[in-house]
Amino acid sequence: MSRSTGRNAAAATSLFLASILALTACSAPGADSTADDAADDGATTAADGDWTCGTDDVTLDAYLETGFPLSAALFEEFEKQYPNVTFDVREDQFAVITQNAPRVLADNPPDLMRLPQMSDLVGDGLLYNLDEAAAHFGWDEWPASQLAQMRVDDEGRRGDGPLYAMGKNYSMTGVFYNTELAEQIGITEPPATLAELDDMMQKAKDAGITPSDQFNGGATGGLAFPLQLLMASYGSVDPINDWTFQKPGARIDTEDNIKAAEHLKKWIDAGYFADDINSLDYSQMMGRFIDGKSLLIFNGDWESGNLDTQMAGKAGFFLMPPLEEGGKVGAMSAPLTFGISSKAENPECAAFFFDWIATNDEARTIAVEIGGSHPMGPADAFMPEVDADSVTGQTLAAGATIADDNGAMEFIANATGAIYAKSWTPNLQKLAAGEQTAEGLLTAVQADYENDVNG
Amino acid sequence: MNATRTTAAPGRREVVATASTSLEARRRALKARRLRRGWAALGLVVPAAFFYVVFVLRPLALTVQYSLYDWNGVGASTFVGVDNYTRLVEQPELLGSTVNALELIIYFSFVPVILGLLTAATIRKFAASRLALAARTVLFLPQVIPLVAAGIMWTWLLATDGLVNELMRMLGLGSVTRAWLGDTSTALGAVGVIGAWVALGLCLLLLLSGMTKIDPALYEAARIDGAGAVREFFAITLPSVRQEIGVCVTVTVIAALAAFDIVYISTQGGPANSTLVPGLEIYYLGFFSREVGQASALAVVFMVLVLAVVLPIQRLTKEED
Repeated sequence: MSRSTGRNAAAATSLFLASILALTACSAPGADSTADDAADDGATTAADGDWTCGTDDVTLDAYLETGFPLSAALFEEFEKQYPNVTFDVREDQFAVITQNAPRVLADNPPDLMRLPQMSDLVGDGLLYNLDEAAAHFGWDEWPASQLAQMRVDDEGRRGDGPLYAMGKNYSMTGVFYNTELAEQIGITEPPATLAELDDMMQKAKDAGITPSDQFNGGATGGLAFPLQLLMASYGSVDPINDWTFQKPGARIDTEDNIKAAEHLKKWIDAGYFADDINSLDYSQMMGRFIDGKSLLIFNGDWESGNLDTQMAGKAGFFLMPPLEEGGKVGAMSAPLTFGISSKAENPECAAFFFDWIATNDEARTIAVEIGGSHPMGPADAFMPEVDADSVTGQTLAAGATIADDNGAMEFIANATGAIYAKSWTPNLQKLAAGEQTAEGLLTAVQADYENDVNG
Repeated sequence: MNATRTTAAPGRREVVATASTSLEARRRALKARRLRRGWAALGLVVPAAFFYVVFVLRPLALTVQYSLYDWNGVGASTFVGVDNYTRLVEQPELLGSTVNALELIIYFSFVPVILGLLTAATIRKFAASRLALAARTVLFLPQVIPLVAAGIMWTWLLATDGLVNELMRMLGLGSVTRAWLGDTSTALGAVGVIGAWVALGLCLLLLLSGMTKIDPALYEAARIDGAGAVREFFAITLPSVRQEIGVCVTVTVIAALAAFDIVYISTQGGPANSTLVPGLEIYYLGFFSREVGQASALAVVFMVLVLAVVLPIQRLTKEED
């Protein structure tokens, strides 16, 4: 009996071990994966492509960020104009897209995909090279700054090199404020200098109104929004872009940026942000602002259309004011990036769709009215009529000012794949909790950045 | 098991004896039968074993394999030996989250076990009544609520304008109200409270079932000897449910060390990493930093840590059997 049990046990053990060995048969992970093929595919594009959606039935697989109605509206209009095209849409939260991006692009290649930080994806050969499409459609003749953030060079740095993504529109950040609450505290004009903004927030606090319910909880350091805008008020946007685009030797802990962080710290110490800032998420911030519970929020024009609907006539927008009146202004401004998998089935049709968004009058109207942001495309392209007093009207006008001042910056959170979750967010939360200094914040982020870029 | 074997053995001997005459033939028939039984048993085990190997052992083996590579999850990988493990030692911040996990044991394990013991000892006396049934149901309810839902619910309760703070204000404790999950000094404790709330029901039910099995004569004897409720608890109840306590502690300690869902939903490791636990750290390393090798190395080290904490608890309860 015991012998047979022993034999069975031995047989079962051998079976287990044999199975494990067979199943994990040791080749290096990823070595023979799609990556190598993808790298080859990604480096070239169809030179003689017809760059249309043809006349046969085409289904474009799209993987999008949930919660933004712009894409659905564009798809609907495109399907109306090109009945042979159908969109097959899958939506996820942006954080989910960020973590899934490489695997989805490699294993389940979409024709259109909302992209997170993209230089890693290019490095792995997962994105379709759009240079041929750019030449065919004449995208190269658009203002170069529109496409710069979607170019990635051989070293994985953005700003230059082949084009690997396109924008549905380009968005921009600034300050939304509640005009009714502002009037209550005697303010009828947006602040012209940073000192006036300080004064505005102090007046709100004195009147018992929370100056700002900025989000900064969980894994989302929303204080990065005002911090980067303050950086633009204190200094030039170029060193910030160099840092975000990983230019060699670029630093975030510059003298100007430290002053900007100190200004933010001053706001925190003065009690201009909600007490529970470190537990506030984005939707709570929006909810409180729309309910009239705080004077202002630092946010982007993607909310313009929403605020025009939910706070009609009660919301305004201004760019972060400069140190001195009439000084240069800056804003975080980035295209709403979409890419094509290097293994996608219909890259030419997808590229045609990108071009259509930027050049078709109906599409541009949708981009403005539903997306709330400026469409991509040539500088002199069609623009729909927008009420100048609406929030959308104000953000579009602010966009023109940023373009004139050449003040657009890529979001500092996109410098590396992990810098936002692992460095900016915890350090900004420490700053809000009084556990970090302004200089300490930037020094810590710089150290993590170097670790990410070199490691 | 033993009973089945002894009853089966004589039957088999009888059959074998009638079917063959020579000793050799009998032995051969016995062997053949054993072999057939062995194959039948194997046939029953193989499907389950297959799934176990594919979905448990294989990922485990792959995690160990990945931990020896520098790999971003998609591109080509480089074999780096134990570099990922040495980095864990060189960069202690990677292991910093372990301290939070160990602190969570107090909330996820000690609090529910102690509260569960006290509640069960109280309910035990009227265990058959409707009141006890109602109490059991209410206290067990958190167990059947998905952890994600529990996390969301508690996030609302613990918000600045949530029920917890409102109650405190009503009681005149307005000065201590705060964003419990958004304050670096209270966030881990607040997450712990959610965990304790979830685990209490399981511990209560386990301990109560253990207590109802205690012979009432023991309590009667103790009472005759002049023992009070406290003496009864320490002399009879506690030693009798030692095994159940062992199960409770094991399950809740693992829940504390492997905590992910409650933390992810309520704080995502924030504010300022004050609630970062190894589960989240592995997730961030693997999916955001795309350092699959490093994440796997941390996962392996962490698994060893869980075993190092849990195995002594197991042994302790076994020795007492």
